[in-house]
Amino acid sequence: MPEPTQGPAGAIHDIGYRHYDGPRLGAASIRRALFVETLRGVFGLGRSARSKVMPFLLLAVMVLPAAAIGIVTGYFGFTQLPLGYTSYTFAFQVVISVFVGSQAPAAISRDLRFRVAPLYFSRPLSRHQYVQAKYAGMATALFILVALPITVLLVGALLAELPVGDQLPDYLRAMGGAAVLAVLLAGIGLVVAAMTPRRGLGVAAVVGVLLVLSGIQATVRAMAEELGSATFAGYAGLLSPVTLVDGVVAVPLGGDSVMATPPQGALMGAVFCAVAVLVVVGCWAALVLRYRKALA
Amino acid sequence: MSAGPVSDGPVSGLTDQERSLVRTDDLTQRFGRVTALEALSLDVGPGVTGLVGANGAGKSTLLKILLGLVPATSGTASVLGLDVATHGPAIRERVGYMPEHDCLPPDVSATEFVVHMARMSGLPATAARERTADVLRHVGLYEERYRMMGGYSTGMKQRVKLGQALVHDPGLVLLDEPTNGLDPAGRDDMLGLIRQVAAEFGISVIVTSHLLGELERVCDAIVVIDGGRLLRHSTTASVTEQTAVVAVEVEGDPAALMARLTAAGVAVHAEGRLLHVDVTDEATYDVVRDAVAELGHGLLRMERQRHRMTELFTEEQHA
Repeated sequence: MPEPTQGPAGAIHDIGYRHYDGPRLGAASIRRALFVETLRGVFGLGRSARSKVMPFLLLAVMVLPAAAIGIVTGYFGFTQLPLGYTSYTFAFQVVISVFVGSQAPAAISRDLRFRVAPLYFSRPLSRHQYVQAKYAGMATALFILVALPITVLLVGALLAELPVGDQLPDYLRAMGGAAVLAVLLAGIGLVVAAMTPRRGLGVAAVVGVLLVLSGIQATVRAMAEELGSATFAGYAGLLSPVTLVDGVVAVPLGGDSVMATPPQGALMGAVFCAVAVLVVVGCWAALVLRYRKALA
Repeated sequence: MSAGPVSDGPVSGLTDQERSLVRTDDLTQRFGRVTALEALSLDVGPGVTGLVGANGAGKSTLLKILLGLVPATSGTASVLGLDVATHGPAIRERVGYMPEHDCLPPDVSATEFVVHMARMSGLPATAARERTADVLRHVGLYEERYRMMGGYSTGMKQRVKLGQALVHDPGLVLLDEPTNGLDPAGRDDMLGLIRQVAAEFGISVIVTSHLLGELERVCDAIVVIDGGRLLRHSTTASVTEQTAVVAVEVEGDPAALMARLTAAGVAVHAEGRLLHVDVTDEATYDVVRDAVAELGHGLLRMERQRHRMTELFTEEQHA
């Protein structure tokens, strides 16, 4: 009996086109998939090796000093952390700004620059859902960047046998601040990046905007302090995202401000919260508007 | 060319009404004072349909309306039996779209990208990976699919773009100028793939081009629009019957061949070394072959001519 003819071992046999009759997931699942892809993309996962360098370098710059502070605290037996949770975020704001600047374009500009956006919009996802997924992905990435080092600080403090009761409230306030900061910076970063799809330009634009805001804030504050108006100096914090968050943490959450002239009083606290909400809503609206034009 | 009737694809078992994949009724689209589409009524059936028109004729606008992305100013349209005005997301789940322009990020591999696009069409993660491997193989991308797309040739990029339009196994794909930017060999490959998509995969295709000649080789029907109006809607056979011209090039003196063909009652005119022969029926090819053989010339080329849109328009005016 003749042997059936066999191809060489490991050959790929063309079995023809197969139709797909499995499940097709709805918009909610697609949005979740896009969120995960965005979050991974911000850290360069699934992209080229070169795209991983910057985000992980910055993450290391954020986390390693926190680990060092923890070790030092334990080694010398300090009774409190040399750098508090909220102050830590404030001290590293430039690193955070650079991260927003370098990674917000990775999250959003490339879809515009390489014109991938039409491929998304020719699929079931709506523009709103696209923006939701991108925004959530960027905000989550930023939250990880800010929350991870303060969590490392807490672990360091607890290993140094500082009392939990002293540490936890400050830590939780700082985490709340990290969440607000992540949502704020993600909005600002994505809007600026979506307006500047060209490579390099987006990075410079985002970092520029954040640093300029920070500079104006410091100048206005210094002038107000010079004039002796504590109220005015307090309101100066509204001008930059990091100090805006500081105000939100300080007044409603009852934390310690890192400012010499901190925002005080219920009114000022309410103003800080309102401005934070307004900025986020404004960024959201700008993004939706931007994408309405992207493929009309 | 095609293996079996393409109309017996995924739409079998439906009534004639439902078999029309795309229907438009008095479709009009205005952007301010510019009219992109004017009272367009179409009924597109299964198989490959060519949508031909000069740049700016309204082809891309029509595709965007069919995807439910741009609301029409007036008139109605349906795709796969779904109204574009109310069922956009459902249509986009079942339709594939390949844009005319570049749309591939350079810093991911084709596999990574197409898997992501499959997920964006609603496929679960495992299915997305399996379908991606299958589809990229079908469009002719093998080992290179693991490389970053930044280093791809235009031909490879077009294959990935086609792949991402097919990965979710749509009932219909809309291909916007898929042969743009390709060299002649790449063009032939792409046209072959388009034919394969319809004939072997059973996925109906609407393909746009500003070149009629290349579409008539693969299309079952041709729709010609100009200035947003329907100029002509016909099966390919009737278009080519009227316009078939074959370019013949021989070694040696073309004049001798020309004389012989004219004597045989075939309309010929010379253009440099090329002879353009009007084909009235299949027998004309035999006449050309025999004439060349009798003269003992080597036959270098015998190729169906590509007609520019302008030729068709001139013809319309004569008719």
